[in-house]
Amino acid sequence: MRDAVITLTCVLGGAALLAVLNLATPETSALHVSSFVIGLTGKYLCYAILALAVDLVWGYAGILTLGHAAFFALGGYAMGMYLMREIGARGVYANPLLPDFMVFLGWKHLPWYWFGFDHIAVALVAAMVVPAILAGVFGWLTFRSRVSGVYLSIITQALTYALMLAFFRNEMGFGGNNGMTDFKDIAGFPIGRDGTTVGLMLVTAVVLAAAYLLSRALVRSRYGKVLIAVRDTESRTRFLGYRPEHYKLVVWVISAVLAGIGGALYVPQVGIINPSEFAPANSIEAVIWVAVGGRGTLSGAILGAVLVNLGKTWLTGALPEVWLFALGGLFIVVTLFLPRGLIGLAARRRKRDEPTPTAVAAAREVTG
Amino acid sequence: MIEGSLLYLDGVTVSFDGFRALNDLSLVLEPGEMRAVIGPNGAGKTTMMDVITGKTRPDTGRVVFGSDTDLTKLDEPAIAELGIGRKFQKPTVFEPLSVWDNLLLALAGDRSPRFSLWARETAEERDRIEAILATTKLTEHRTRRAADLSHGQKQWLEIGMLLAQEPRLLLVDEPVAGMTDAETAQTADLLREINKTRSVVVVEHDMAFVRALGVKVTVLHEGSVLSEGSIDHVSEDPRVIEVYLGR
Repeated sequence: MRDAVITLTCVLGGAALLAVLNLATPETSALHVSSFVIGLTGKYLCYAILALAVDLVWGYAGILTLGHAAFFALGGYAMGMYLMREIGARGVYANPLLPDFMVFLGWKHLPWYWFGFDHIAVALVAAMVVPAILAGVFGWLTFRSRVSGVYLSIITQALTYALMLAFFRNEMGFGGNNGMTDFKDIAGFPIGRDGTTVGLMLVTAVVLAAAYLLSRALVRSRYGKVLIAVRDTESRTRFLGYRPEHYKLVVWVISAVLAGIGGALYVPQVGIINPSEFAPANSIEAVIWVAVGGRGTLSGAILGAVLVNLGKTWLTGALPEVWLFALGGLFIVVTLFLPRGLIGLAARRRKRDEPTPTAVAAAREVTG
Repeated sequence: MIEGSLLYLDGVTVSFDGFRALNDLSLVLEPGEMRAVIGPNGAGKTTMMDVITGKTRPDTGRVVFGSDTDLTKLDEPAIAELGIGRKFQKPTVFEPLSVWDNLLLALAGDRSPRFSLWARETAEERDRIEAILATTKLTEHRTRRAADLSHGQKQWLEIGMLLAQEPRLLLVDEPVAGMTDAETAQTADLLREINKTRSVVVVEHDMAFVRALGVKVTVLHEGSVLSEGSIDHVSEDPRVIEVYLGR
């Protein structure tokens, strides 16, 4: 109970506090929080949703995903399509139907898969359904064939890489190399205006809190217990009559949907979506967030995502060339000295009440 | 086809890279029987368990369970659902979960994610777990993590999980390896108790333990049956003495 209360208080309370300090204090005040900070916070919270998704599959099902940014980016593209349609005739080419990049490519008609994306509801549904379908097909094929460990990790990496190459192509109809940007408004609210920025950040915080509660209920249910059993002793669960592939598939799809939602919230807050979001490094970063916070703890995923990205924002500003070395070093330090992450460090004094994977289990799973 | 048998292995052969782990093995188990299987290392004992539980598919031969179910066509979860439980040589329990949860997951019932997502512990489930805790002498340890149990307690928990599964046939691989004499004696009692309601196949190295069980013994050697009968009968068999007991 305590962990959930603390987590929810930090997420919702922190977001509300920042919002108040932004809206209710004059810009000259020492307490004022700039809209730039609000925007950054919103971005971190989206990453935290992605981290939760990664922790669900890695922490509780033992699937070391190195391709989860693919689901995040797909959710982002679904939202991006809506935001492009929302621009309407305000684009450079003033075409009421076709987004600028299509006019530029000389296209005459809107591709069929763009229909309906003038409604935000369609985009939100697509941001969940498209990752779910991709994850469903991918998971069904791989889990059924009992692909696991490093092999599965490599395939997830290949998945996101393949999608990146595909989205780079202009013929795909998603803006190619440049992706989608220059958004004007979302559901009638002008993007980039202070109120909208705060609103989006608060919505993200609420969604993150809901995602956390859902994930927590999931891993504490009987299903979650079976999942932990599958993670540590997959063959034993089979001899008990469980089908591990079904258990993995369910959490894999739920996790992909969460990642998609995170991506859909991310795009209006950063103002752009392009194929670089599929870059394999993004997925690996997400795994590092979870490792830093504490794998298999959920709250650790949120903590890790926010802290590592705070560090990233600061370091890429101060010493940009050092960032990747710092990230790699962080991963090594955490793996060697903090196998249970920051949450594990904090919980070391208390008696542990929740099952979490140990470094030994992680090593065993990677080596086969 | 042998009339009325519970388990019938008919000419089962398994090869790994040319090595014949099982060589035309045939074996019949009657309903309600307890059978001890002994044999030197590499005799094919564990491979036989693997074939029965669906982990390994035989190259030739049939494995018939009950009246007419061919197990070689099924995978592990399907065979488990038919009522065949397996205890591994090394105690294999779900270490991060509590003793109680280990038993809860093992209880016979719906195994689908759709069920387990919404499942609530019922009073009936609680009663059954309590009963198994008492049988396996783990009542005081119910809230402990399985990882924190002693070796012997883990073996017992795994046997308890098998009971919870309510199998018709129990396959037990070296249950007393690493146990103290007192634990070994208790385990023999426990297996005899279990055998009152279910059939059991015990693979064991410990001859004193097999003797204590007092059941029919099958001696495996190089993947087939060398000798079969009471412990006194097989221990007097000169072929058995040569390959196994005499060494």
